Amino acid sequence: MQPSPTRDLIVGLFVLCGFAALAYLSIQVGGTAYSGPSGLELRATFEQVGGLRPRAPVAIAGVKVGQVSRIELADDLRAAVSLDLDPKLQLPVDTSARIVTSGLLGDQFITLEPGAEDDILASGDEIDFTESAISLESLIGKFVNDAGLEEEDGGKPR
Amino acid sequence: MDGDGALARDFHIAFDGVQLTLGRRSVFRGLSCGFVRRQISVVLGGSGAGKSTLLRLIGGLQRPDAGSVRVGGREVNRLSERDLFGVREKIGMLFQGGALLDSMTIFDNVALPLREHTQRSEAEIAAEVNRRLASVGLPDVGDLYPRHLSGGMNRRAALARSVVMDPEIVLCDEPFSGLDPVNVRRIEALLVDLSRRAGLTLVVTSHHLASSLRMADRLVFLVDGGAVSGAPQDLLRSEDRRIVDFLAAETDAAFDPARLADENARPALGGRS
Amino acid sequence: MNPVERLGLNTTSLVLHLGRLGVFVAGVLRASASPPVRLRRFVAEVFDVGVLSLPIICLSGATVGAVLGFQSYVALSRFGAEGSVGAVVGISLIREFGPVLTALLVTGRAGSAMAAEIASMVQTGQIDGLRMMSIDPVHFVVMPKAWGMLFTMPLLSALFIVFAIAGGYAIVVALLGLDAGTYLTSLEDAVEFDEDVMQSLTKALVFGSLVAAIATYRGYTSEPTSAGVSAATTGTVVAASVAVLLMDYVLTTLWGV
Repeated sequence: MQPSPTRDLIVGLFVLCGFAALAYLSIQVGGTAYSGPSGLELRATFEQVGGLRPRAPVAIAGVKVGQVSRIELADDLRAAVSLDLDPKLQLPVDTSARIVTSGLLGDQFITLEPGAEDDILASGDEIDFTESAISLESLIGKFVNDAGLEEEDGGKPR
Repeated sequence: MDGDGALARDFHIAFDGVQLTLGRRSVFRGLSCGFVRRQISVVLGGSGAGKSTLLRLIGGLQRPDAGSVRVGGREVNRLSERDLFGVREKIGMLFQGGALLDSMTIFDNVALPLREHTQRSEAEIAAEVNRRLASVGLPDVGDLYPRHLSGGMNRRAALARSVVMDPEIVLCDEPFSGLDPVNVRRIEALLVDLSRRAGLTLVVTSHHLASSLRMADRLVFLVDGGAVSGAPQDLLRSEDRRIVDFLAAETDAAFDPARLADENARPALGGRS
Repeated sequence: MNPVERLGLNTTSLVLHLGRLGVFVAGVLRASASPPVRLRRFVAEVFDVGVLSLPIICLSGATVGAVLGFQSYVALSRFGAEGSVGAVVGISLIREFGPVLTALLVTGRAGSAMAAEIASMVQTGQIDGLRMMSIDPVHFVVMPKAWGMLFTMPLLSALFIVFAIAGGYAIVVALLGLDAGTYLTSLEDAVEFDEDVMQSLTKALVFGSLVAAIATYRGYTSEPTSAGVSAATTGTVVAASVAVLLMDYVLTTLWGV
C-alpha cells in the first residue's frame, strides 16, 4: 500500500466526477421546479384542482415566480392552495389564478394574471379570482351533451 | 512420555491430553508434551503427523476437541479471539512460505506490527525495520514486493517480521522446506543466532533431519497421535521402533544412530556458519 | 436424497448462510466503529472498485442509453409522441437501469475481484498471519474494502446514467433527428428528485452494501485451497447478482407505496 500521490489524485478526480454526475442528476435533471427567491405567501381556493401537486410551478406570463407549497381541503369543502412566491412581486388585489395544463397531457401548474387595482396583495392574503382546472372528461362530456341537445332543439347550440 | 519430568514446571508451552480430529482424520490422540523456556525445540514427524497443526494450536488459530494448550500458563484454547490478541503479542509466527502480505512492500510488511501496535515515529520505525532486515541479510529489498523475492528471501523477511516486536516465543513452520542447502544453513544460523541472543523459546517444525539435530536443544517426535520428546542425543539412541523407522527413512546413508549423533553434534557457539 | 430432502437441505443451508452473513456484517460494522480509520486503504479500494471500473461503466452506459433511446423512439413514434423520448430514457435509466446494471457490472468486475483477493489471502495464510500479529483481519482487510464498495457504487451509478443520457442524446438527436432541446427538456421536466433520483441513490447504496457484504463474506469464509478461491469468486457473482435483482423488486415496490 505505497502512498502514491498520482493514485490519490486520480481517486479524487473520480470522486469529484461521481459527485458532479449526482449533482447534475439531482439539480438539473431532477430539479425542483422553482429554486428562486420565495417568501410571499398567498392563498387561492379552487372548485377543482385536478392533477395539481405541491411544488408545481406558479408562473406569470410564462415565467416561473414561485411554487405551490400546500394543497388542503378548505372548510367549505373546496381546495385551498397555498402559494410560495418571489417577495419582490407586486400583485394587485384583483389578480386571478388559473390552473392550466402544460401541453395537452402534461403536468398542471398555476398561472397568475395580474389585475388593475392600486392595492397590493400582502403575504397571507387570499386571491379572490380563481379558475379551476379544466378536466378533459367533463369537457368532452359537455360537448357530447350539447351535441345531443342540439338535435333535440332542432340544431340550435346551447 | 516425557523423559525429563523435572523440567515440567518450566514449560513455556504445554500440551496436556490434546485431542483433535480434522475432517475425518484423527490428528492428535492424547498429545502431551512441553516446550522449555529459552530453548530451541524442533518438532519432527511424517507428513500429516500434525506439525503445522501443533503450531496453530499454540497460536490459538486452531482449538483442540479436548485437552489443554497452555502458553505462559494461560490456557489459549479457552480464550476469546480478543484475549488471544494479548497472548499473540508475545508470539511471533513464521508461516510456511512466509505469508507476507503481497499487496505491500517488504518494508511495509516488517513495519506493520510496529505501526499497528506501537506509537513510534516513522523515523524510529524505519530505523528498526532496516536493522531487522539487515540482520537477516536483506538490507536492500525494502521497496520490493514479496513476489519479486525468492522463497528463501521471503522466509527471511517473514522472520524479520516475526521478531520485530521482540516476542518471547517464535514458532516456525517448516522454515527449511523447498530451500537449497546454502539457504537452509543460512536460515538455520539465523534462527539459532536470533534465539540465543534474545533468549527466545523457539519451536520449529521440520522435515530436515540434519538441521534439526544440529540446532535443537530438544526434539519432539509426533507419532501415533502423540509425542515423544527428549534431548537429540538420547532420542537418536532410542529403541522406540517408530523413531528408528522415522530416522531410517529420513537418512539415505546406511543408518547408524551413533554416528549420526556424533556427526551432527552442535558446533561450538559463536561465529556465524 | 430425493428432491424434497434436497430442497429442505438447500433451504436450511441458505438460512444458515444468511445467519452467518449477518454475524459477519455485524463484525464489520463493529470494526468500523473502532480506530484506526484506515483511510489510505479505503482510498486504494475506491481506486480498485471505482476508477478501474470506469471504462466498462462508461462504455456500457453509453451503449445502453443509445439502445434505450433508439427503441423508445421507435415505440413512441408510433403514437406520435417521440418528443417524450428524453422522459422515457431518463426515468427508466434513473429508476432502474442505472443502479441495477451498474450493480451487476460492478459485481462482475470488482465484486469477484474483491472475493478472489480475500480468498487468496486466506489460502496463502496471510489472514492467519494477520491474526497472529494481533491484527484483526476484518478490520484491516475487509472493512476498507466493504466501505470502498459501498461508497463507490452510487458514484458509478450516477456516471452510468449520465453516460447513458448522453448515449441516448447521440442516437436520438444526432442520428434520428430529434431536436436537442426537446430531448433535454422532456428529460428534465419528467424526472423528479424525490421520486426518481432519491430512488436511484437509495438503490445504488443498498446494492453497494449487498455486493460489499457478499463479496467480502464469501472471500473471507472460503476454503484455503485453489478451488476455494474459485468457488468464492463465482459464488459471489451469482449470489450478489440474484440479491441485487431481488432487492430491486423489493425497493421498487416499496417506493411505489
